[in-house]
Amino acid sequence: MASEVVDATAAKPRGGRFCTVCNDRRPALKRPKTLEQICKECFYAVFEDEIHRVIVDNHLFKPGERIAIGASGGKDSTVLAYVLSELNIRHGYGLDLFLLSIDEGITGYRDDSLETVKRNEIQYGLPLKVVSYKELYGWTMDEIVKLIGLKNNCTFCGVFRRQALDRGAALLKVDKLVTGHNADDIAETVLLNILRGDIARLSRCTSITTGEDGPIPRCKPFKYTYEKEIVMYAYFKRLDYFSTECIYSPNAYRGFAREFIKDLERIRPRAILDIIKSGEDFRISTSTKMPEQGNCERCGYISSQKWCKACVLLEGLNRGLPKLGIGRTRGLNNESNKDMKETNGTKGLQSKQCGTLDF
Amino acid sequence: MQLTLEFGGGLELLCDSVKIHNVNVEPQAEGKKLTMKHLLSWVRTNLIKERPEMFMKGDTVRPGVLVLVNDCDWELSGQLETVLEEKDAVVFISTLHGG
Repeated sequence: MASEVVDATAAKPRGGRFCTVCNDRRPALKRPKTLEQICKECFYAVFEDEIHRVIVDNHLFKPGERIAIGASGGKDSTVLAYVLSELNIRHGYGLDLFLLSIDEGITGYRDDSLETVKRNEIQYGLPLKVVSYKELYGWTMDEIVKLIGLKNNCTFCGVFRRQALDRGAALLKVDKLVTGHNADDIAETVLLNILRGDIARLSRCTSITTGEDGPIPRCKPFKYTYEKEIVMYAYFKRLDYFSTECIYSPNAYRGFAREFIKDLERIRPRAILDIIKSGEDFRISTSTKMPEQGNCERCGYISSQKWCKACVLLEGLNRGLPKLGIGRTRGLNNESNKDMKETNGTKGLQSKQCGTLDF
Repeated sequence: MQLTLEFGGGLELLCDSVKIHNVNVEPQAEGKKLTMKHLLSWVRTNLIKERPEMFMKGDTVRPGVLVLVNDCDWELSGQLETVLEEKDAVVFISTLHGG
């Protein structure tokens, strides 16, 4: 048949089969989601089309909306910025896209990754807004680490980043914020929330859109997109991304849940989607008492406590009591202990923007 | 056998921050073929300068490290059993760094 002819002329027969989509070209990767062997061209098409379907089926955007893409310069947000700007043009979403980056003030790490985002600004023609911890909080992470050392620094960074993204999005006057959280990240979060018994977060963490009752909803177009495919896409397309671990958290990616997810994926790649499905299907008993969402009395940010976590941490820094809000028995909020314990326990994951529990 | 090895996604940090290495690797024994399995142990011994556990787990790459042989996912060519040939290009990319 035709395939044999192509086979004979192929430069380097490896694997000896053809793309299961076009049945014409040599496959370039095995899709974790379906185990299909597909060629680069068909991979680009299905990868982009699946994200388009997720956007359409979940009504993520409305025409004319202003959308901020949380951009760290890393693989996920870089691929998200690239794919969203492509789809926006191809399918006429009518969106105004912006890149929003947070400068935590980490010399040798964030300054380098911000250079990547600045190149992305030009490459994709998307306006970039950078907001810094220094301007928002008066402290850089370098200064915080100098004061508190390398213990709990990721707690500060994680708490501050979440607010910083919201504040940056407000400055850009956007309608929504999209982040590059991928399927692996979400599966990892489901597991962690189950392990900690954090019912409130478990019920939120699989939602594709969160904060719809707040000022700036967040959504995750990569909710069903495998990390492997994101990295393959970035590699094949030669996208420009930054991949250095944070200098203050060299072992951040060694989180137990992450490693476990990757081990599971190797045995059965579908496991990632199955865990997300399990997370979605959890039903929390209506009699379960959930923390009430209110607003921080100090800065007005959404908080289930009197003061939001960022304000508690900041108060500690400014009063020279940086442990305020960190320990289990200290803090301004009586009920903040449980929350504190969590962040302490996962500080290794906190530095990874997409690995945090801040959904 | 001449091979081009590329490390990306942060793995280059384990080998003196050099991304591309042109190397000469011989099969384990005369007349035998060079497999990925042998190449991995060669890389671990000769190129990885620190934290080898970031690169390997057991006799294969750590889960989360992608491998491409001539721009093709090694899951299609037999992973550890993949036979390498002269001038092949092998790419290792970590998916474990940052978002």
